[in-house]
Amino acid sequence: MPEVFMRLRTPSARRVGNRLAALVVWTAAALVTGLFLWLLQDLALGGITRLSSTFLTAPPLDAGRGGGIGPIIVSTALILIVAGAASVPLGLGTAVLLAEFTRRESGFAGFVRLSLDILAGVPSIVFGLFGNAFFSIYLGLGFSILSGGLTLACMVLPILIRTAEEGLRSAPDDYRLAAAALGLSRSAALIYLLLPSAMPALIAGWMLGTGRAAAETAALIFTSGYVDRMPGSLFDSGRALSVHIYDLTMNVAGGDANARSSALVLVLLLLLINGSAMSLAKRWRNARILAA
Amino acid sequence: MFLVLAFLVTESWPALSELGAARFFGDPSWHPAEGKYKFTPMLAATGYCTLGALLLAVPGGIAAALFSRYYAPAFLAGLFRRLIELMAGIPSVVYGLWGLTALVPLIGRLAPPGASLLAGMVILALMILPTIALTADAAFAAVPQAYLHGAAALGLSRWGMISGVVVPAARPGIAGGILLAAARAMGETMAVLMVCGNVAQYPRSVFDPVRTLTANIALEMAYALDSHRAALFVSGLALMVLVLVMVGAAELGAHGREHA
Repeated sequence: MPEVFMRLRTPSARRVGNRLAALVVWTAAALVTGLFLWLLQDLALGGITRLSSTFLTAPPLDAGRGGGIGPIIVSTALILIVAGAASVPLGLGTAVLLAEFTRRESGFAGFVRLSLDILAGVPSIVFGLFGNAFFSIYLGLGFSILSGGLTLACMVLPILIRTAEEGLRSAPDDYRLAAAALGLSRSAALIYLLLPSAMPALIAGWMLGTGRAAAETAALIFTSGYVDRMPGSLFDSGRALSVHIYDLTMNVAGGDANARSSALVLVLLLLLINGSAMSLAKRWRNARILAA
Repeated sequence: MFLVLAFLVTESWPALSELGAARFFGDPSWHPAEGKYKFTPMLAATGYCTLGALLLAVPGGIAAALFSRYYAPAFLAGLFRRLIELMAGIPSVVYGLWGLTALVPLIGRLAPPGASLLAGMVILALMILPTIALTADAAFAAVPQAYLHGAAALGLSRWGMISGVVVPAARPGIAGGILLAAARAMGETMAVLMVCGNVAQYPRSVFDPVRTLTANIALEMAYALDSHRAALFVSGLALMVLVLVMVGAAELGAHGREHA
């Protein structure tokens, strides 16, 4: 169809079409940029007014209208630590299995990979339902930081496994051959050679996962709960930063100002996490190119 | 993964067996307290929101990718891509916050109450636009240089090259990105929960408030008991099946490309 179209048009008409397309693309890009800058500027200007060191450390007052977000930051950090502690060993183990001990084309590996892809696409609210049914009720953990963190661990596993697997696969085969020639056992080669060489990828994957976990809200509402006090232990309910933002905007009249500040803190945190993950990944890629 | 599916099924089984699947479609309305569990309005809302968001975000995302790859000067393209990556990393609850404080009042001035299907569509579109733009950009980058040289040698104009060569060559990649974005839009909870108004009804216009499946789970899970709770798990199951189908389709498309 398009070929016929083009043949029928005169050169000048084609030139006009070309100009028009350029105009449309530039306008669309300008529109997108404008919208996003508007959003960012709204966020920055709205959030900066209340941002201070006391805001970061003080407990929330009056259901979050006043005060700060100290306990909420602590809860968020604890949830992320639990998620990391649960998902990193499991993810690393699976990645090692996939990359080192199975062939890429084998049915089992393909099956694991497909289910990971599907898991990566599952909506977070469904993870929330699952976490609520499994961790909170079936395992009896209740609304707690532990069940929230474990739910998030399930959610970030796919990212973690994917990046770790890629990192391990990109370790040159020479390493494996040399290790075998030296009579190292496979596990020794793994520990002393392959894991260190894949380390930047592993860390980048872990950071990306942490970033996704920190941005998550829906999965946490029914697992880690709403309580905004300083958590006393992992079995206490703790409110994550994203849940705090949601609660302030939806359920607390007059909580908007603090919600914006919390949103700014969250976005800055994510920028930091994602930025360092990206730069690590990039440096790792460059190092590989230099080595090759 | 199987644990997740297994739990969803076991938790929703009471509802499915006691009430029967037909009641989810045949009941007069969604009033769990009175034992009425019709969730088609929410299914429709999810569908409309996703569709509307795609309608807005697909052209925008592809244009954004074209811009950064073929139209923008180098430094602008780099900046633009940075911005898109940044937007892709912003959490949904922040989009929801912005939608509620900036977008909803704006739409409210046009046609009250503001919290509406339209707001949901726009926010979702903003959220998935970066995904579409980044995947389309990657697909454009993967178009072999030889094609571009060939097109240039034939004296095609820039638009001729894009519409005749680049887009057809990158089509599978773009389609995969759109499917992923659609799955994300469908599963998105917080942003739509915050801007859509959450009334379980069939919308008559884009200014009517609606409630999506995901928002329904988030709203009612806190106090749902027994068969109501099970009904919510059924809607979670329905969502998961929808997403499975979409991811499966994307996967099949990708495989077809690898073997071709």
